[in-house]
Amino acid sequence: MESVWMALALSLKVAGLAAAATTILGVAVGFLLARASFPGRNVLDTLLTLPMVLPPTVLGYYLLVLLGRRSALGTWLLEEFGINLIFTWQGAVIAASVVAFPLVFKPARAAFESVDGQLEQAARVLGTSNTAVFFRVTLPLAWRGILAGVLLSFARALGEFGATLMVAGSIPGKTQTLSIAVYEAVQAGQDDVANTLVYIISAVCVAVLLTAGHLAPGRIARR
Amino acid sequence: MLFDIDIRKTLQAGSRSFALNLQLQSSSQRIVIYGPSGAGKSLTLKAVAGLLRPEHGHIRLNGRTLFDQRAGVNLAPQARQVGYLFQDYALFPHLDVRQNIAFGLSRGWLNPRTGVRHDAVEYWLRAFGLETMAHQLPDELSGGQRQRVALARAIVARPRALLLDEPFAALDLSLRHTMRRELSDLQQHLQIPIVLITHDPQDVEIFGDHVFQLRDGRLDAQETAACHLPASEALACGNTTICR
Repeated sequence: MESVWMALALSLKVAGLAAAATTILGVAVGFLLARASFPGRNVLDTLLTLPMVLPPTVLGYYLLVLLGRRSALGTWLLEEFGINLIFTWQGAVIAASVVAFPLVFKPARAAFESVDGQLEQAARVLGTSNTAVFFRVTLPLAWRGILAGVLLSFARALGEFGATLMVAGSIPGKTQTLSIAVYEAVQAGQDDVANTLVYIISAVCVAVLLTAGHLAPGRIARR
Repeated sequence: MLFDIDIRKTLQAGSRSFALNLQLQSSSQRIVIYGPSGAGKSLTLKAVAGLLRPEHGHIRLNGRTLFDQRAGVNLAPQARQVGYLFQDYALFPHLDVRQNIAFGLSRGWLNPRTGVRHDAVEYWLRAFGLETMAHQLPDELSGGQRQRVALARAIVARPRALLLDEPFAALDLSLRHTMRRELSDLQQHLQIPIVLITHDPQDVEIFGDHVFQLRDGRLDAQETAACHLPASEALACGNTTICR
């Protein structure tokens, strides 16, 4: 039973950090693609959406190639900072972030595009700096759409299996998340453990989806 | 010279193109740019506010250069210190009436919380009869109330000029009459220069101390109420000047 709670704690930690990372990156990139116009914008959009349709094992393989010891980046990280990401929970965070990224980035871009540009113009004429316009007008008007995406990305990161297994492996208490623990339990014939894990992960996902539905865009937040 | 505007700008939308080529000068405190929709009125107002950059020319307001292509001057909208009343008011839907009016007074990266008071904001809330709805959102207001909020928001920081984009078009007829009188009184009270763009002859009647008629991006005719334009300036424009 203790291993179940360790897996849950690890899953929440990995999913929480992945959701935080995808939020910051997804909002920044979504805003950039909504407002800036540059050649290759649609190609970039397609590339960034790819993790949504590619099999997670393929993404995991890409990450292994990119971050592994034989890659330039992996060697540099290890030699300069002593950082090895493969078979660590930090590697699981990266895998979950890549998989969940389009779930924030896509709705963030749509939410920014739906903000009336005239409101931003009005704020600028009133003397508000461009940075302040983003935080006082654009973001408050877009945040409901973004938040729904953030919750979905959290749920997706929580359920991540394929890419995480490839990059971080399945080390109990270290990199074995809930969804991987379910697989291991079933393989080992521990049906009662599998049952508990399945109920926990289902309950968390239902709660997240209910919250996301409640925050669906369309209604304007009081603040 | 209060207003000295000389702007040229070509806009391309697909295969259609529109050329704005407008020179206007005036010492009147109330000028009206009048013309059918699509004549370039809104573009002119946006250029003065800094929301649209002309390709050539200059914009001077009471001797202060806001834009001068040759001298490389192009003040940001934030630095122009003009008030702008948008046609559909552009009130911030997520902020209440008091926060909307106070918007330009705070400089931080975050919106001040509800209920923060500024003397100037409270003054205009009272002056426009908006105290009872200070905590309401723009969605919950009537058209006339929304316009008062937008007007208060534009003048609370004491701008050097007020730009009005079809200010009465969104109001029903009886309200239009009332709001015209309110705005006219307000302008006289504050002695603030205004540029009003409209396609409604009634606006011209009330605010047109100096009227510039626009057609297809060009000046078609101008007239002054009191004919205080020196003849030389009228001639320089090369257009008809009519005295009422």
